[in-house]
Amino acid sequence: MAKREAPEVNAGSMADIAFLLLIFFLVTTTIGVDQGINRLLPRYEENPPVPPINERNIMRVLVNRDNQLLVNERPMDIRELRQAAIDFLDNNGAQQCSYCQGKKDPNSSDGPDDAVISLMNDGQTTYETYIAVQNELVAAYYFLRDRESMRRYNRKYTEIEYIANDPASKAVDGLIDDLQPKVKLIQDLYPMRLSEAEPKKN
Amino acid sequence: MSKFKKKKSGGTPGISTASLPDIVFMLLFFFMTATTMKDSDLMIENRLPKADQTAKLHKKNYIMYIYVGKPKANYANKLGGSDRIQLNDKISSVSDIRSFVITERAERNSEDEKYLTASLKIDKEVRMGLIQDIKTELRKVEQLKVNYTTNKGNPLD
Repeated sequence: MAKREAPEVNAGSMADIAFLLLIFFLVTTTIGVDQGINRLLPRYEENPPVPPINERNIMRVLVNRDNQLLVNERPMDIRELRQAAIDFLDNNGAQQCSYCQGKKDPNSSDGPDDAVISLMNDGQTTYETYIAVQNELVAAYYFLRDRESMRRYNRKYTEIEYIANDPASKAVDGLIDDLQPKVKLIQDLYPMRLSEAEPKKN
Repeated sequence: MSKFKKKKSGGTPGISTASLPDIVFMLLFFFMTATTMKDSDLMIENRLPKADQTAKLHKKNYIMYIYVGKPKANYANKLGGSDRIQLNDKISSVSDIRSFVITERAERNSEDEKYLTASLKIDKEVRMGLIQDIKTELRKVEQLKVNYTTNKGNPLD
């Protein structure tokens, strides 16, 4: 008796099934935007204490309802804000900071430890302007931190901070323990003292 | 009489489609890995502002999303024309943020809680008054890690 051959499965419709799945995934998913400016909000307090800060250690940035900038009582274009913030933070007026490269202007901040940038918006300011201002101020801090980190560790601060805070880094032994103190040190050298006042309601 | 038949001449040979499923599967896997599931249908406009000092967000399960913007044209009748907040699938008010954050926290295990970040997806035309209220509310529930989610680009041009 002849051996009966196993019938072959027809795979002609495989492509159709795969196309169906493909189209399903195309429709139900998005290529996500998953980046942005990370900020840490201050803890909520009913009556926040006002620490005594010398006037020269504060850089006041005001944004009005027409999205115009006022920095230390002088109007400023947003394009100049980043350099103004870097000059202010890195000024080293007290000459106590060995890693600063600023102008040592006695009328500007004493050092990065004391310098505070105070940002205040109007209730009618648009979010776009707010983000642009945030972006420039955060850029000033990151510029100084990157510079210091490159000098000490030959790696960018933004890079080691991301790795140190990534939950996935827990998988590599000792990676977080190695980077955490470095991140902490750079943060202490240029602490981000960017305070946001409540906007005026009108 | 010849033993071998001559090949038929004429007529184009058919193109083999046997590798088509492989190609389609390749595309399928690409899209499955490169994209994320849409989790909520937005009822508000959401054109994000641009920034370049951005950091990538960590894995998606450590993130909660808060959307703010004007209602889209087809929802404008029902929701009005002013800026609204959307949490998951429904339009909410500022006071709902508290319970939203607590629910989101409860869905994660306690070890992951410190990585939990609030991603603020806010339309660029929204006014700061509302955003300040949201931030105050987040501070009250101690959700201090926030990310102003933006598109990549220079904000100055």
